[in-house]
Amino acid sequence: MSWYNKRLAKSLWVFHVSASPCNNCDIEILDLLTPKYDIERFGIKLVGSIRHADVMLVSGIVNQKIEPRIKRLYSQAPKPIFVVAIGSCMSSQGVFRESYNRCKEVKEVVPVDMWIPGCPPKPEAMIEGVAKLIGVLNE
Amino acid sequence: MIDLLFYLLIFPGLLFTAVLGLVVGWVDRKVSARFQYRVGPPFFQNFNDFFKLLGKQTIIVKDSVKSMFISAPLVSFGTLSLLAMLIGLPLFFGQSFGGDIFVVMYLMVIHSVMVVLGGSSTGNVYSSLGAGREIKLVLADELIFIIVILIPIVASGYELELAALIKAQSSGAFIGSVNGVIGFLAGLLCMQAKMTMQPFDIPEAETEIVEGPLMEYSGPLLGFWKLNHFMMYVVYPFLLILLYLGGFNLQGWGILWAVLKYLLIVVLMIILKNTNPRLQIDTALKFFWKILFPVVLIGLILAVLGV
Repeated sequence: MSWYNKRLAKSLWVFHVSASPCNNCDIEILDLLTPKYDIERFGIKLVGSIRHADVMLVSGIVNQKIEPRIKRLYSQAPKPIFVVAIGSCMSSQGVFRESYNRCKEVKEVVPVDMWIPGCPPKPEAMIEGVAKLIGVLNE
Repeated sequence: MIDLLFYLLIFPGLLFTAVLGLVVGWVDRKVSARFQYRVGPPFFQNFNDFFKLLGKQTIIVKDSVKSMFISAPLVSFGTLSLLAMLIGLPLFFGQSFGGDIFVVMYLMVIHSVMVVLGGSSTGNVYSSLGAGREIKLVLADELIFIIVILIPIVASGYELELAALIKAQSSGAFIGSVNGVIGFLAGLLCMQAKMTMQPFDIPEAETEIVEGPLMEYSGPLLGFWKLNHFMMYVVYPFLLILLYLGGFNLQGWGILWAVLKYLLIVVLMIILKNTNPRLQIDTALKFFWKILFPVVLIGLILAVLGV
């Protein structure tokens, strides 16, 4: 099993779920693909379909409309799948904490494996988070 | 019997093609990354991707035609292994096996047919859209591809056996003549379309219809689709080498020359891929039928005249 986990750690395919974000985190996530950070060095690539994904990247706050969709996407994903929550909105609901249309915290909807706080988190912080995930898998 | 199994499963066939394909797939990703001033993935990336996909859960879509959904990638994989053997035997051992060039021609269509069947079996909108586009692309490139194969047949004095085609080029490869240059360049564009690489990645447009026919595939089945794609990196350039560049001469410096021939085709494909944006399906059809078809027809006439 550890042999397989090592393979998994070296090729994490990421599916990005925009759960009603303010686009701030999304832009920083796209920065990871640019020449300066180039996350393909670690074998990570952004895929367009949840069926191909190993990591589900969620950003934004979870409101009424997006909650069933996150649940459905999680159930459609082939296991093993890791859920990574990006941004302060995910970890503490940020400035939207008192908002009228917020629904639940993301951990009540899907099991979250990793939080990367920040508004938005720097690309370096996201790479560090990914490296930690890879480190856990390699153990 | 043992010989045949060895040919099919190990040397020019399955194992050799798969390993070489995954390595060349890495070359593709690395060179593409360097084109964009990135670092690119490590050497074993494609192997890791493939083994990872083998261990993932396979989700079979509830509304899909299950037998077709499962068998499409596997049939395509088997066909490509067979094709690798059929093309590899005359290239490496100088002997023809079983079929002539027409068998190769028919077997090459099967991959496209399987992409269409697999894509349309899921019932997903994007998948069926991709499958439809694949049919149109096959319609566009198949005519050119047949003429690209016809040119060496005519130039060699109507030989149909693959080994005889190589033997006809022992005095000089077909690319040395005008019709050979035309045929080779048209063949390169055809390969690009058959592999659905940019600028002809219309069926699998990742940013537009999310990998099209492959969208609903997960786990090992997706792994086999990816492996098929990498195996085509070996099979199609080998066919072009066989038809136009005079095959391999595996003695002494010939080995280096063989590697250079193969790399030339692969690098040309990667450069084409990285410098061209995706075409629309009607533009691609127009390009193949209205521009490329008259050109290869002139090439064929030149071949008949012996220029």
